[in-house]
Amino acid sequence: MSRLLAHLRSFALSLAILPLVFAASPLSAHDYKLGDLKIDHPWSRATPGGARVAGGFMKITNNGRESDRLIGGTLVTAGIVEIHEMAMEGNVMKMRALAQGLEIKPGQTVELRPGGLHVMFLDLQSPLKEGERVKGTLVFQRAGTIEVEFKIEARGASGGHDHGHNHSGGHKP
Amino acid sequence: MNALKIVRLTAWAAIGIITVALLYVLLNPVDREQGTGVASIGGPFRLADHNGQIVTDASLRGKPYALFFGFTHCPDVCPTSMLEITNDLNAVGNAAKDFRVYFVTVDPARDTTALLKEYTGSFDSRIIGLVPKDEAELANMARLYRAIYRKVDTPSGYTMDHTASIYLMDAQGQFFGTLDSKETPGVRQAKLKRLLERR
Repeated sequence: MSRLLAHLRSFALSLAILPLVFAASPLSAHDYKLGDLKIDHPWSRATPGGARVAGGFMKITNNGRESDRLIGGTLVTAGIVEIHEMAMEGNVMKMRALAQGLEIKPGQTVELRPGGLHVMFLDLQSPLKEGERVKGTLVFQRAGTIEVEFKIEARGASGGHDHGHNHSGGHKP
Repeated sequence: MNALKIVRLTAWAAIGIITVALLYVLLNPVDREQGTGVASIGGPFRLADHNGQIVTDASLRGKPYALFFGFTHCPDVCPTSMLEITNDLNAVGNAAKDFRVYFVTVDPARDTTALLKEYTGSFDSRIIGLVPKDEAELANMARLYRAIYRKVDTPSGYTMDHTASIYLMDAQGQFFGTLDSKETPGVRQAKLKRLLERR
């Protein structure tokens, strides 16, 4: 009798946990939540032979009432990660490290994308290959650290907007 | 009376001289532009390629070519430009089968010949790395092509600012134009075709 009860209890517990397991899965919508921050689709591009650097891109939305800053991160295959901004001045490419990190104001969505803001992966120990997901972290001044997976897209990919991930943000983990 | 006549004559003479001078300047714009025209992009150089072969402006005479200033520690512009020109050359087809794109590294301290060979080869075998052996060779090359490069410190090391256009040079070693990432593939490929058709 007590054994049956134990079975029932663990079955009920499994049912209760099930939605949490699915909600945490990044399979359907490649986005993450950390406190008031939503991080949508971290991605990078396959690297050319011999390249030791790559840019990491994503959209970060601050739904809170306080400003936050992306101040760093990691990638399992990168020795160093920095926050950079690139800009074309005429036909000259200029790149700068953001010493104070990247501010995301309340209500603001900041997009890191090719040709502009990016997380700079340096000292890559192995090439990034299309189709892979590479683990890493993002570190925010207020919200703290979150583990994410960077989806590696094709070398010429420009925004990862045709890979079937969720844009509406309706499916939150 | 006499003095007034002299003043009037002087005034007319001055107007005459100014008119002639203005007409001369307006009708002879070619003279003024000859010194600073497009012909001054390019010129004599001598650099080792990623196979250790010497490439000079003279050895390239007879065939059009393209030239780009970049470096392998470049996350965005360099791989994108090399991918684009690879796609453009493939789209142009057979006419571009012997065309060469020279990738001049602005970071010879880190970009060895072996690294540049691996890097360029991962795009297309028609892209050839050129490695200045010292700062003087790089500075000369940048001066000839009016390219800009600048070392910029970052928390963990340095990066390079650099001119990101692709230079197109004709078979006589004369500047033909540039390719730019902002242009559509159609525009870039039309320029390449015109360059390849030019004799």
